[in-house]
Amino acid sequence: MQRSTLGDVTYNWIIGLLAGLAVLILIGPVLIVIAISFTTSQTLKFPPPGLSLRWYVELFDSVRSAQIHTAALNSVWVAGTATLIGAVLSVLAALAITRVARPSARFLEASFLSPLVLPTLSYGLAALMFFSVLGIRPSLNLLIAGHLVVIAPFIFRTTLASLTQLDPVLLEASANLGASRVYGFRRITLPLIAPGIAAGCFLAFISSMDNVPVSLFLSNARTSMLPIRMWGMMESTLDVRIAAIAGVLILATLILMIVMDRLTGLTKRVSG
Amino acid sequence: MAGVAAVAGGVPGNKVDWRLAAPLGLTYLAFFAAPFVILLGVSFYADSEQTRLGLDSWTKFYGDAFYRKVIFDTLKLGVFAVLATTLLAYPLALVFRGASPRAQRVLIFIILMPLLTSVVIRTFAWIVILAREGVVNQTLIGLGLTSTPLNLLQTELGLVIALTQIEMPLMLLPLLTIMNGMDQNLIDASRALGASKWRTFFKVTLPLTLPGWIAGATLVFASSTTAFISQSVIGGARLVYLPALIYQQVTVVYNWPFAAVASFTLLFTVLAGIMALGWLGRFARTS
Repeated sequence: MQRSTLGDVTYNWIIGLLAGLAVLILIGPVLIVIAISFTTSQTLKFPPPGLSLRWYVELFDSVRSAQIHTAALNSVWVAGTATLIGAVLSVLAALAITRVARPSARFLEASFLSPLVLPTLSYGLAALMFFSVLGIRPSLNLLIAGHLVVIAPFIFRTTLASLTQLDPVLLEASANLGASRVYGFRRITLPLIAPGIAAGCFLAFISSMDNVPVSLFLSNARTSMLPIRMWGMMESTLDVRIAAIAGVLILATLILMIVMDRLTGLTKRVSG
Repeated sequence: MAGVAAVAGGVPGNKVDWRLAAPLGLTYLAFFAAPFVILLGVSFYADSEQTRLGLDSWTKFYGDAFYRKVIFDTLKLGVFAVLATTLLAYPLALVFRGASPRAQRVLIFIILMPLLTSVVIRTFAWIVILAREGVVNQTLIGLGLTSTPLNLLQTELGLVIALTQIEMPLMLLPLLTIMNGMDQNLIDASRALGASKWRTFFKVTLPLTLPGWIAGATLVFASSTTAFISQSVIGGARLVYLPALIYQQVTVVYNWPFAAVASFTLLFTVLAGIMALGWLGRFARTS
């Protein structure tokens, strides 16, 4: 008994320490970047010698940060359009194959989800070669097509999960009561799966805004995207404006996340 | 719309309208499958000008010890990332399971926060932390543990530390889901029968949560082996992994067939990792 108690104490200590380290590693870097974005200094020194908004002023300066603004607008346009098209296509596809046990349906499901685990960098290069063989010049529309393929699985997955949880009795009841199928879809299915679709759209939009592997090959100087632009800034000079961009993006994501949480219970959905 | 409704019913026995899957299916055929066919075709050009067909690009890649080492290093990086995230994610998941609902909400927020922060920004944060005059070196010097700053950037250790944070949420989310669904009675029974906490963890908790770990490990492995920005910015030019190799071949060397071969190699590497993890899962269930 003595030995097992000692073992239990070390267990509690080791698990507690490692969990504490995990929390520190998860949240520390984010907090450090936010702190640095308010620095008065030209360097990325932490802790900052003094606090100011100078890098945010610099970031929002329409002349000095014009390239960043263009890249940010391109990214939002591509992410928004790809998410919208992806939502329509994914919801239709999820409706078609949900509750179908046939192997062909399972094959389609696996295919539609495959971009989630396949290395998208390989896909980015494949897309570049494909469009160049077809002789299509790089444009934002190409980026939308490329992003669409890699972000649609997020919407497809959450929609499919919502549809699987939907009780078929509800639709049978509505049909028995004389409701048409269109009416049943609009009044019963859609409201019940809407939170799932919304959660998927949120993840898809974030993932497109953050996409590097596809944009790396499909974007160019004319169609620059925010993550690629930031990478360029990191490679050349360690510009403190990157920290300010981080601050703006984190704030925007937080607002979006809180709104989504209120609407759909995203945190519950993501963690199961 | 009638088609939509026919399927929306989802009632077993109803005829399913496959046409609804067609728009997404055709989009994937045109913009996903077709590009990979082209990629495969390009890999069979023997020269960078793409004039001659042949297997030269493949034999050159796999015949060269340097490129074989790049493949090995990429696999190794993925394995290290999985091990490091496992070491930290399991304890956090155990603590999460025992926490109050309010504490769980705070933890979920802490876990999701890095996931929702751009990968580029997370990489940037680690440059600030690992740099010669960065947070880690300042702390170590302040504590008197070292007199000269350690070189953490452009080392494999630094890259693994950064990837641990960047990829940990991918490990945590499936692990938390399965950990929360685990039956507390099994743990209580094990404890009541006199098993220590360690024994209970290795004999009860670990086997029961293995499917969640496999799901998380798959995502971490796939993501860390292809994390181009983190690899190239934190690893620097000295550490070469497959993604950087592909990028160089395309934008610097202009050897598209060779880049195509490297791309397929990356694809095989990730698939091999996923299959190995899946096999591990089946093996664990039967033994």
